[in-house]
Amino acid sequence: MSLTDAPRIVTARTGFDDSYTIDRFLATGGFDGLRKALTMTPAEVCEQVDAASLLGRGGAGFPAGRKWSMLRKSDVSYLVINGDESEPATFKDHLLVEGDPHQLVEGVVIASYALQVSQAFIFLRGEFALGLERVQTAVNNAYAAGALGQNIFGSGFSLDIVVHPGAGAYICGEETSLLESLEGKRGFPRIKPPFFPAAIGLYGEPTVVNNVETVSNLPWIVLNGGAAFAALGEGRSTGTRLFALSGHVRNPGVYELEMVKHSFRDLIFSPTLGGGVPSGTGVKAVIPGGVSAPWFYEEHLDLPLGQDEVAEAGSMLGSGSIVVMDETTCMVKAAWRITRFFSRESCGQCTPCREGSGWLERILFRLENGQGRREDLDLLLDLCDNIAPGLAWPPQQTTICVLGPSIPSSIHSSISRFRDEYLQHVTEGRCPHA
Amino acid sequence: MSHLSPERRQRCERLIALYPEKRSALIPLCHIAQEQDGYLSEPAMVEIAAMVGVTPAEVQGTATFYDMLHTEPVGTYVVGVCTNIACLLAGGDELLAHAEGALGVRAGGTTEDGVFTLEETECLADCDIAPCVQVNHRYVRTTTPEALDGLLAELRAGDRADEIPTHGTLIRVERTTGLTTDPEAIAAERAAKREEAGA
Repeated sequence: MSLTDAPRIVTARTGFDDSYTIDRFLATGGFDGLRKALTMTPAEVCEQVDAASLLGRGGAGFPAGRKWSMLRKSDVSYLVINGDESEPATFKDHLLVEGDPHQLVEGVVIASYALQVSQAFIFLRGEFALGLERVQTAVNNAYAAGALGQNIFGSGFSLDIVVHPGAGAYICGEETSLLESLEGKRGFPRIKPPFFPAAIGLYGEPTVVNNVETVSNLPWIVLNGGAAFAALGEGRSTGTRLFALSGHVRNPGVYELEMVKHSFRDLIFSPTLGGGVPSGTGVKAVIPGGVSAPWFYEEHLDLPLGQDEVAEAGSMLGSGSIVVMDETTCMVKAAWRITRFFSRESCGQCTPCREGSGWLERILFRLENGQGRREDLDLLLDLCDNIAPGLAWPPQQTTICVLGPSIPSSIHSSISRFRDEYLQHVTEGRCPHA
Repeated sequence: MSHLSPERRQRCERLIALYPEKRSALIPLCHIAQEQDGYLSEPAMVEIAAMVGVTPAEVQGTATFYDMLHTEPVGTYVVGVCTNIACLLAGGDELLAHAEGALGVRAGGTTEDGVFTLEETECLADCDIAPCVQVNHRYVRTTTPEALDGLLAELRAGDRADEIPTHGTLIRVERTTGLTTDPEAIAAERAAKREEAGA
């Protein structure tokens, strides 16, 4: 399978050294999408996004147009951009925030116009110090250019954007937790229902929460039409998507690829993409969509990079981050490290997640360090089952948010596939890879 | 008597004015307080509480939820080494161990001279240049022990001060405009339009 010649939609500028400057932005069609959008009615913009079949790029993959259509009619409503990007091994929004902040701002104005909101917030994780500076600069530039503020480009539409820094918490990527944080509180996910902030969101008002990459697609969609976007990819997975490739590959990085038209194998092994596994050993396991996703193996590598295709195979494309682990990798250690992450980042509201993640982490730690017992494997799975009953995918939930049911993925995957490797840690009394 | 400097207080007031509800400015204000003191001090939390209309306990209770807000003093430079999955595969544990040796502190500790605090971090979203290291939340892209040694020496000598401000300084770009829209006026206008359409 060769690489398709699909256009670069969200990373068209990032190849330039000065991609983040207003000069480069304006010299390469900056604000053209917004100017066109303002000649359309808000409903017409929504129609184009519907026609594009743009799926949210944050992780859940919910259709953006449908999310917009759910916004409850109200005198006051908000748009909030989720730039908390904290799912381990996800670094695509990082590229967009630092590399093309004006495109992000343009996308936010287009979305706000379509939704007819007059105030939008861009929430960026606090660790994006440079990104925060660049997006604030882009917002300042947009005000100066008349692309923000009152009567944008003479259209009569007015909007303010506030750039809001987070302060370090994975859970704030969960949209209701993000809203709590934006209200100046602990990042505790809200009880559902309501399932969508479109009903009750920021300050109790209807709110749309969209991911950075999702809205960065909007200028292109408006300029070229939703049909042109939908012509790329296949089925429900339209357009291009950013894939963040990391781990044991020669060329880790963010690649913008047409959806579905390439396989995991293409991404990992193509010389112009991942470039293969440097150690020359095989692929032992692949995490296909962030550490919340069940793992894939050699036999999955020919699966296309599409949302439904990956879901049907029992995992998720999630945040589009793909981690490659070669044959030298200790599966127990990998599962332990991922579990420790969840344990540290659990917000603490729900017992199965708060206590369960800690127990799981400590059991995995003793196994990895040769202190484990045979019965620990069943104990791990039993605890996982208490967090996500049935250990199915998509998981059942015993907690307020999906952080809890994400915890079992790496443990269940690694024990199912590499039980012997776990037992080797027990019988040898040490990690065979150490 | 204000604990925050007059200039910072003004910045705080300008930030508060950007939000429909004052409390939303709580975390941005905590960042500004950290910029002044290097950490989030008690008098700063008391002052922030008064500015956004909550109790000091609520500021503390919120701040302690977040990894970037330190309620105890930390070093001038907070060095974060990621050991999460992508960095683990690239030797994050080894780089962290090297940093512990080079600084003479365990992860979480601060050097006696108060220059460095070392932290083991979760994923910092820069996984293609692994293991990822940040200093004061700025990516430094030093992935080898040798490069890390060089960086620490440069920081100690003050050679990277322009690029990496002291701990707490997060956003050096000021917003140049206040709000230009009046949300209440817009809401009233919409309500009137709807009434007109309905009538």
